[in-house]
Amino acid sequence: MTELEAGRAQTLVPARSGAALQRYRDVLIALIAFAVLASLPLFTGSKALLDFVIRCSAYGLFATSLNLLVGYTGLTSFGHGMFFGLGAYSFGLIMQKLGVPIPVAFVATLAITAVVAAIIGAICVRLKEIYFAFVTLAFQMLIHSTILSWASFTGGDQGLRGGIPRPVFLGIDLSDHVHLYVTSCALLILGLLAMHQIAQSPFGYTLRMIRDNAARASFLGIDVWRAKLTVFVLAALFASMGGMVMALFVSGAYPEFAYWTISGEGIFINMLGGVSTFLGPMVGTVLLLLLNDTVTRFTEYHGIVLGVVILFFALGLRKGLLDFVADWLAQRRDAGEGR
Amino acid sequence: MLEIRDLAKSFGGVKATNDVSLAFPDGSLTAVIGPNGAGKSTFFNLITGALKPDSGQVLLDGVDLAGRSPPEIVRYGIGRAFQVASIFKSLTVQETMLAAVSADQRTSAVLHKRFPLPETRDRAEHVMELLGLAGKRHRTAATLSHGDQKLLDIALALVLDPKVLLLDEPTAGMGPEERWRMIDKVRELWETQKITVVFIEHDMDIVFKIAPKIVVLCYGRILATGTPDEIRKNSAVIDAYLGTEHAGAAA
Repeated sequence: MTELEAGRAQTLVPARSGAALQRYRDVLIALIAFAVLASLPLFTGSKALLDFVIRCSAYGLFATSLNLLVGYTGLTSFGHGMFFGLGAYSFGLIMQKLGVPIPVAFVATLAITAVVAAIIGAICVRLKEIYFAFVTLAFQMLIHSTILSWASFTGGDQGLRGGIPRPVFLGIDLSDHVHLYVTSCALLILGLLAMHQIAQSPFGYTLRMIRDNAARASFLGIDVWRAKLTVFVLAALFASMGGMVMALFVSGAYPEFAYWTISGEGIFINMLGGVSTFLGPMVGTVLLLLLNDTVTRFTEYHGIVLGVVILFFALGLRKGLLDFVADWLAQRRDAGEGR
Repeated sequence: MLEIRDLAKSFGGVKATNDVSLAFPDGSLTAVIGPNGAGKSTFFNLITGALKPDSGQVLLDGVDLAGRSPPEIVRYGIGRAFQVASIFKSLTVQETMLAAVSADQRTSAVLHKRFPLPETRDRAEHVMELLGLAGKRHRTAATLSHGDQKLLDIALALVLDPKVLLLDEPTAGMGPEERWRMIDKVRELWETQKITVVFIEHDMDIVFKIAPKIVVLCYGRILATGTPDEIRKNSAVIDAYLGTEHAGAAA
């Protein structure tokens, strides 16, 4: 839903019930989406399709969390992928070395991510624009180099090999393909629901104010630094979740998960799908993965094709796909009202 | 009461504010005038924390606010509007007001509830009515006219219930008619809200007509303070700033 629509919806219903209604509606949409995704294995035996959705879950969580920074707060991070890699490695290492139940490793990974993001964020969010982008990129490279050089712990350039143990918990067996698929879908839907709540909360509007005019926000009594740090950590948590889904999917973790190109792909996805709507990055994720999978099948020069597509969106449309659709709908509606 | 004592700020060798001492009693309306570069905006920036003074005190009801951060000073009750309307371009008028009230009620970091919080409604509504923006509540700020953007900027300051409202050229960039509408609005706000208002203004007709008290700044110093009549007759002000036209009108 675009912000424009949100504003219009408020006029139709009284404030109190309006907010509650919106939340019920979100939960309902999430439940339907989950039901549709989860029932997919009943209709198709295609392992490739289910794999595709699992990868969409991992990248979708990552890209949508990046949009909390880029689209909602105006913080263009070029190092957001470090939390994707951190999630994958922390989760993999905890499972391999400690052998704890999966939910424990999941929560522990989120805790580790929160601490690391708070430290890195405290340094980065003082900076603006290009300086912020470069320092986040530098931290990404730092984490990537650490993974490469600390070979005894992380496996170096070979990655975490030998598979991640996936003991059964609560009747869920993640070594079973369908179980893994449904769990990934559940994490994706829950993550999106939580991020949408953040975007539509009073804090979400504080982020929009900071994006539009940080100086003015501080003259309203808002602690801009603290708000930026908070969203930096929150976004890192969801990126880390994406990394964990990826680690479970490939049953390992590789240095590429923490390389800067992951951050670059996140930015690509946001450009493709658009940053002015909540679901833009999700659309972008599906687009990029589809493109990637189809183009690599036909040519080894897939980089050229992807580049051309990105140029088309950046120079041709000057916005992402869902931005374009939202603008078009808004124009049509305004024209309708004018008549 | 807002009291400024020996406030000073230099940029390199330029003394932008030079030992300024002033008192603004509760409920007063004061105009600050002066030629370009007189240090008017710097004076506001020092009071509101946008700049840190080199020395001096900014006392609001006896509490020294000099050198504190803008968010802190706002919370003590000094609100400001800007020379160039400083607004949130992608938010609607209503969202802007609701978010500002949220900031004032310290709920701007709330994550688990939906925006807007019900308790922010009344104040936002009240200020939109007060400034005549209620009819444009669903307009995105960027699409508002210049005048309405200035009003929105003032509304942002006013919605925080400040004790002192600083308006940096509320009529900047407006045509003659729009100017008078704006300044009537400012005067109306001052009368109905019982707050201390200090405004910077270039149009002498406006200043002499509505401000009970005038401060003239020149090269960072106070050249004169007084009622419109006193300022009109002040020879230093005439030499430095007014020229003979307004002096003649008074005579």
